[in-house]
Amino acid sequence: MKRYFPLGVVLTLLATLLLSACGDNTAAPVATTAAASATTAAGAVTTAAGAATTAAAGAATTAAAQANAGDIVWLSTQLSAVQENEGFTKNVLNSFNGKVNYIQKDNGPYTDQILSEEKAGKVTVSLLGGLHGDFPPFIQNDLLEDLTPLAAKLKDRGIPQTFLDLGKMGTNKQYYIPWMQATYVMAYNKKALQYLPAGADANKLTYDQFRDWAAAIQKGTGERKLGIPAGPKGLYNRLLQGYLYPAYTGGEVTGFRSPEAVQMWTYLKDLWKYANPQSVSYEFMQEPLQSGEVWLTIDHTARLIDAVKSKPDDFVLAPAPSGAKGLAFMPVLAGMAIPKGAPNKAGAEALIDFISTPQTQINTTRQVAFFPVVKADLPADLAPGIKAEAAAVAAQSSAPNALPSLLPVGLGAQNGDFNKVYTDTFTRIILKNEDIKTVLEDETKIMNNVLNTAKAPCWSPDPPSTGPCQVK
Amino acid sequence: MSLKQEPEQALKTPGQAGEVALPDFKRRRRRFNYTPFLLLLPATLFLAIFFLYPMLQSFIIAFQDSQGGFTFDNIDTMVKDTNFGDALKYTLLFIVIIVPLQVVLALIMALVINTGLKWAGFFLYIWTIPLAISDLAAGIVWYSIFTNHGYINQILIQLGLTQTPIDFLSFENPTLVFVAVVIAELWRATAIVMVILVAGLQVIPRAYTEAAEVFGASPWQRLWHVTLPMLKPSLQVALILRTILAFQTFALVFALAGRIMPVLAGEAYKWYNDVRNVGVAATYALLILLLSLANTFIYLRFLNTKAEELA
Repeated sequence: MKRYFPLGVVLTLLATLLLSACGDNTAAPVATTAAASATTAAGAVTTAAGAATTAAAGAATTAAAQANAGDIVWLSTQLSAVQENEGFTKNVLNSFNGKVNYIQKDNGPYTDQILSEEKAGKVTVSLLGGLHGDFPPFIQNDLLEDLTPLAAKLKDRGIPQTFLDLGKMGTNKQYYIPWMQATYVMAYNKKALQYLPAGADANKLTYDQFRDWAAAIQKGTGERKLGIPAGPKGLYNRLLQGYLYPAYTGGEVTGFRSPEAVQMWTYLKDLWKYANPQSVSYEFMQEPLQSGEVWLTIDHTARLIDAVKSKPDDFVLAPAPSGAKGLAFMPVLAGMAIPKGAPNKAGAEALIDFISTPQTQINTTRQVAFFPVVKADLPADLAPGIKAEAAAVAAQSSAPNALPSLLPVGLGAQNGDFNKVYTDTFTRIILKNEDIKTVLEDETKIMNNVLNTAKAPCWSPDPPSTGPCQVK
Repeated sequence: MSLKQEPEQALKTPGQAGEVALPDFKRRRRRFNYTPFLLLLPATLFLAIFFLYPMLQSFIIAFQDSQGGFTFDNIDTMVKDTNFGDALKYTLLFIVIIVPLQVVLALIMALVINTGLKWAGFFLYIWTIPLAISDLAAGIVWYSIFTNHGYINQILIQLGLTQTPIDFLSFENPTLVFVAVVIAELWRATAIVMVILVAGLQVIPRAYTEAAEVFGASPWQRLWHVTLPMLKPSLQVALILRTILAFQTFALVFALAGRIMPVLAGEAYKWYNDVRNVGVAATYALLILLLSLANTFIYLRFLNTKAEELA
């Protein structure tokens, strides 16, 4: 027996290794994703438990609004952080009359699950949640229901027409109903205020002042405390598309290689000198903000909320800086769609209706760092962090020089390739120090190819085009 | 392992294998013996369904365009991509540096455990703890050690050795980042090599080393001329496994080095997950497969264990 003991130990360890290796494959390289997949598994467990309650529902109640909507599997790319996920399922979805299994997945597995369910002819998901950019693969394969009648029914909710139009993805069908919105704002540690350049207003900065501020912080502290979310899962591509490019060139695409664009990249190279050299691995800026590594940054509201929630007295949120063409900002829009062949289409429609009520929208904002898309007045008793975020978002969108820059419209399957043009340009100019003009010329060719393949006309703030949008 | 058993059998055969054992063999030979095949069946099925089939599928995807036709475009896109050269360079560099270091370290660890000293077993448990940790988690742990406001910098500042934090993970100093990744990877994955080597050491009969000792071999000579040659099959397995796993690592590199140190597996992940271009992702996977195959072939060819070497 004793002889076999070492062998036993070895086998056990190998088994452990194999198991942990299998576990790895599902985990994406951000901490929150790993945690989220754990909740996904938990979600899958509850699916089985809730199945029994369905049959009895519906018939007894007469009023449609009160009818139990039955079992609904809601697959979503959103709310990957455990806290957000729990807050949303326990405090928002619990008031819905029906059993909702909210399952969060990363964009890749999410898309593949739906595509393979449709292929296999057995759809288990009734409702899809995702960002504007998550839907194109489904539309390309014609897998989504047209929700135009539902949108008409929800007309009195006051969803802005721009948002509804985004949900049409450049067609005349309503593919998704807007769910919630967010944006990117500037965040700073109050300790940074002492280095604010004379004459600058932290709420109305220009990009030059923003750089001077970062430089002054470095001079004063000896550390580079400007953070840019340029990690593998960082959202700096949106900062380029929706903030820097439109602020300098007035558009996202057409001015890609214009003299103003060259000026912008020169500025960014200059700014990068004051950026924390770990910016290349930053993903959620709330983390380096909280550790004190970073004092000044711009990021998605949902990726800043933990910092302002946990220490509302230390951190301040403010509108993004402005450039020559205005204060460019990108509203981020999440939407809800129903896949064709959904097992509970009526239930999913009832759920969309429920999610779009002002009360649910306000409740959602309380739980997660996303804001209502319907007409809803935020109450005064919101948590300080959320309140600060709401104020910054409002100040940004209502600034006199505000220049809203929409998420890409009509790119379809080319969405990822479009983003890659920006991240590659960044890598080549900023990290590899290649010549700006050469890189912009190279990448313009790729960009025009991407846009030609997608046949996407220009979207705001670029001027409308006849035919596919092209870099000038 | 079979090689090791030969001398034992050779010793037993003349004395013990008499009339009792032989008829038994004969009887078995008459009927076709299904047992080995039945025992192999589950593993073969498993491999066929979960490895062979997806492998063939990704092979097809790598040469397919969006309309389903045959194309080399994916290879073209992969090779021309900004990150391709770097990814290939860093992946190979990691393997060339990490794997030999791990083998040496693991060998030392395995020899310590195999000494049979009082606390040797305890070390086995301690050293295998990182095996249970996923590479992403390991990456995050090491990130919190190396980062600006991480443990190392806190200690250095407390000791007064530096005023401002040192940027270990700066994009301006890829060598330092590379060293950090190597340290983290050594911590995380040396144990798998060690476990295989410990198993290999345990089956080497003591008689050999004892005989060498009798003939006056020094401990170093015993290690070099007896233990290491006998350990060659285990070393081969450990090298093959470790190198293949090293080709697949990326979460740890992502966590520590972020965007500046692309690796092949990471690029495959990004093309699949972020760009949503399955073709190029499959091409990367195919490249990893080819490199792994080539590497396995090299190990098998050049670490070939001949029976007579052991005799």
